[in-house]
Amino acid sequence: MHLDHHHSHDGAAAVSADAHRPDGRRRALRIGLGGPVGSGKTATVAALCRALRDELALAVVTNDIYTREDAEFLLREAVLPPERITAVETGACPHTAIRDDISANLEAVEDLEDEVGPLDLILVESGGDNLTATFSKGLVDAQIFVIDVAGGDDIPRKGGPGVTTADLLVVNKTDLAPHVGSDLGRMAADAKAQRAELPVVFQSLRAEDGDGVKDVVAWVREQLTAWAA
Amino acid sequence: MSRAALLVLADGRFPAGGHAHSGGAEAAVKAGRITGAGSLEEFCRGRLHTTGLVSASLAAGAALGLDPVELDGAADARTPSPALRVAARKLGRQLMRAARATWPSPELDALAQEFPKGAHQPVVLGLAARAAGLGAEDAAYCAVYESVSGPASATVRLLSLDPFDATGVLARLTPELDRVARQAVEAARCAVGGGVAALPAASAPLLEIGAEAHAAWAVRLFAS
Amino acid sequence: MAGAVGVAGVRAVARIGARPDGRGGTALPTLESQGPLAVRRTRASGSEAKVMLVGAMSGPLGGDHFTVTADVADGASLHVGSAAATIALPGQAKGEARYDVRLSVGEDGELRWLPEQLISANGSELYLTTRVALAPGARLTLREEQVLGRANEEPGRLTSRLTVLLDGRPLLDQELSSGPGAPGGWDGPAVLAGHRALGQLLVVRPEFARQPVEPRLLGPYAALTPLAGPGALVTALAPDALHLRRTLDEALRSLG
Repeated sequence: MHLDHHHSHDGAAAVSADAHRPDGRRRALRIGLGGPVGSGKTATVAALCRALRDELALAVVTNDIYTREDAEFLLREAVLPPERITAVETGACPHTAIRDDISANLEAVEDLEDEVGPLDLILVESGGDNLTATFSKGLVDAQIFVIDVAGGDDIPRKGGPGVTTADLLVVNKTDLAPHVGSDLGRMAADAKAQRAELPVVFQSLRAEDGDGVKDVVAWVREQLTAWAA
Repeated sequence: MSRAALLVLADGRFPAGGHAHSGGAEAAVKAGRITGAGSLEEFCRGRLHTTGLVSASLAAGAALGLDPVELDGAADARTPSPALRVAARKLGRQLMRAARATWPSPELDALAQEFPKGAHQPVVLGLAARAAGLGAEDAAYCAVYESVSGPASATVRLLSLDPFDATGVLARLTPELDRVARQAVEAARCAVGGGVAALPAASAPLLEIGAEAHAAWAVRLFAS
Repeated sequence: MAGAVGVAGVRAVARIGARPDGRGGTALPTLESQGPLAVRRTRASGSEAKVMLVGAMSGPLGGDHFTVTADVADGASLHVGSAAATIALPGQAKGEARYDVRLSVGEDGELRWLPEQLISANGSELYLTTRVALAPGARLTLREEQVLGRANEEPGRLTSRLTVLLDGRPLLDQELSSGPGAPGGWDGPAVLAGHRALGQLLVVRPEFARQPVEPRLLGPYAALTPLAGPGALVTALAPDALHLRRTLDEALRSLG
């Protein structure tokens, strides 16, 4: 959590990480989801929305490589009403839009709070990029890095900023492990070595009961509790 | 005043959203009007003497202290394409955020309050230059450079153009950048006495038409 | 009445003034011609008076300065056309020719300014300015078409600026320069890309403030766009005058 950024130049929303809205209310918690293409970021976002939408005021910002694909997936799946999903256009560089120049994403989260707020939680999904893409602390309060077993069981060993420093590492598609010859035990050990005490969740979203995302949901709830404290 | 502040403001990595915009290059590439370094150069030259000149004069005018609300109205009248007006205001809003965080200033605060969803980017640029202790000429230089550097770096991504070729295009345009920046500042000085109507209104029909075509695409890499 | 002739070329002014005639029609209390510029009243239709510009086609030549003004008073309705295209030609006198059009429309007045094309002939040099002042509630349909060069010739130098104010505030301000000596890139991929006919059709109607037109492409080289005020603009490029006119006419019809 990065709650120690309390800038206040003039009370207006000039500064990104300020925990309060211009009207003095606490803004929504922002959680970033990053990770390589195809690892299941959008599916995880969709599952989180389904699990949390009845109890929390939620919205999603997507950062697509080609404009609106992920946003349109979420719209098709109807995980949230359309006015709660915003796509940021990234000029073919999604990592720039979540890390180096976060201005478009900040406008998007602020507009969501203005238009459909007050909100409890905004999920900011990165476009599928590479292992080095991480979110700026000016944009999100916590970040989840999503990898999958089919991408190779050596990803945790290779490390990289996402795997090493994300507040939560999600290893997705565990149901595929036997089929792709990935060793989950080895992935867990490598992740532990890279991340020390930082948490790791192994999940499969194909579970019959639709509850495959429950560990991530529990982690998100902890973040919300800490944010509201 | 610090001259180096100009480098901070003009840096392509200044976090003000420019990286997601192609300055019309994506539409021109798709239409087959930009196919390589030669046509990129002609594209940039045309953009420089039209949009670039107008933006630079608006920025210089704002830096000289002309009424930003009037300048914003002048920018609207010079931008018939709603897609381009939206892009200019988006970028203005993003630049406003970056500028206020970097060079806090009551003038920027006032403009942000007047236009919560963003004023035209060149107007914000001129006030940001003022807040950074820079002058009208500096603001004009930032604007003319942006008018060509945006399409050049976008074309590197769109066509996998050799980045050295793209940089060569920019280098060859520099004498014209000097000329247009001077022209913009002169016009802005005239507008100080003669009103914003005296500012240039050079237009580029294909940038306007291309922006409307681009805005209607379902799949694109750049926001404009 | 001859225009003033000097070494600097011909200066000529034509004036049109329109006001309601009190019987549901429009009277033309002012109708002045001078030199090569002539204005003639033609058959009116309904409440609208109609005027043709004639004779302007022989000029302007280098050094000439033509001015046409039309003032439409509150509630009046005027249509101005021209008998033929205007051709900018090189002249004996040095320097560019100027052509200034000054239009004003009062409250609830309407002006339809629909002249034929301006042709920028090889070797000519013309600076054309069109300034329109609209009162709140005024209606305007304005067409401006330029053809760069006669058949199979290089164009002359042409700069055209169109400035429209509504209630004193700028609604549209556009300038385009083309031909030899114009700022770089004018014929390139950002500006004209080799097209030799270009036009604008501006329609201002108070109801557009409530319900702006939807932006729409009219083929690969033309777009209809809502302005940041109660106006709609068609911007069009075409290979020739015929195609250009067709695009603008269709767009105007679509606006109803």
